[in-house]
Amino acid sequence: MIIAVASGKGGTGKTTVSANLARVRGDVTLLDCDVEEPNVHLFVSGEPQGEPEIVSLLVPEVDESRCDGCAACSRFCAFKALAVLDKRVLVFTELCHGCGGCARVCPQGAIREVPKRVGVVETMRAAGVTVVQGRLDVGVAMAPPLIRAVKARIPKTGDAILDAPPGTSCPVVATLRETDFVVLVTEPTPFGLNDLKLAVAVVRELDLPFGVVVNRADSSDDRVAVYCREAGIPVLAEIPDDRRVAEAYSRGELMVDALPEYRPLFQRLYADIARLAAGARRAEPRPDGPSRKRSFL
Amino acid sequence: MKIAFSTSGNDLNAPLDTRFGRAAKFLIYDTESQSVALVDNTQNLTAAQGAGIQSAQNVAASGAQALVSGHCGPKAYRVLSAAGIKTYTSNAATVADALAQFQAGALTELKAADVEGHWA
Repeated sequence: MIIAVASGKGGTGKTTVSANLARVRGDVTLLDCDVEEPNVHLFVSGEPQGEPEIVSLLVPEVDESRCDGCAACSRFCAFKALAVLDKRVLVFTELCHGCGGCARVCPQGAIREVPKRVGVVETMRAAGVTVVQGRLDVGVAMAPPLIRAVKARIPKTGDAILDAPPGTSCPVVATLRETDFVVLVTEPTPFGLNDLKLAVAVVRELDLPFGVVVNRADSSDDRVAVYCREAGIPVLAEIPDDRRVAEAYSRGELMVDALPEYRPLFQRLYADIARLAAGARRAEPRPDGPSRKRSFL
Repeated sequence: MKIAFSTSGNDLNAPLDTRFGRAAKFLIYDTESQSVALVDNTQNLTAAQGAGIQSAQNVAASGAQALVSGHCGPKAYRVLSAAGIKTYTSNAATVADALAQFQAGALTELKAADVEGHWA
């Protein structure tokens, strides 16, 4: 089972939920897909397993002696990463998504693809939990290729928990694809509700089963609860607004270690996720393995 | 000599657009024939990225040797300079005013981008 923990709004508690779920589960792989600012390692650190894997994107390199200036490459590129002026081709690798289309459409065979480093993937082991994290290089804006490299470390068997980046854009979609269940973490504030609705729209578009965890829950604002009830979205857990939780967080301690009374909450949450994911699989069987639909973006 | 101006209108009295990459049109003024031509650039108004690059290609394809706009970002500048187009910035209200500034030699040529990408 692959669980993704996501949220529209940042700072709602994705890492808190994913890391504590991993801790109560034990034998699990926890993958930090927030490659722009990975923080799982602050809470679950461990022994590095081998050297970091360098991840590259294939970007075009043009042999201008073979280029006849037809501009087929530039017309093909959806991301405007190539500009052709007479027989000069300017490549903007920072805009390139690495699809390789320019090299294929070039009638002169003047374009070859060369690797451009975007970041690293690191693996750590800590008390039964394997932590995999991606780290995007400074100055690189293209997170999805690195997220896909992180997800390539999802084990074939056993459970995996993905800590998604915040928001609703490409890095989130790259994280959520081909997961079995999505946990959307929110908070009972107008911002939390607004961004939860955006995240729900993404998850529905991807046609994934999902539920909501309300963090810092108190009784002052029930609009998230009302929305979930009216939209038929299961609220899987409510983590109370407890100062001791924030204090443990600020020390880099997991909630279930610092405050063991919260262990049952996460154990129940894990069991509910497993039950709902299994129910969704039965209701609509998903093809497994390489036959699964793969999308470039 | 042909000079390109970023604009939203159709003639010399139209406003000079302060944006380059996301200007709706380029007015190309030919100093020899004193004639005006228009290059449509609207496909770049909704481009997610690369609007400056594409706009610079459009200006290069028009045969212009100079460009007058409000600002110019780094990627657009790279394409324009590779195409041998001199870029000038102006805060004139209309294309005609910018043309008068250009012809009076009142504009200085940009030697690098004057704004970051996506500045507007």
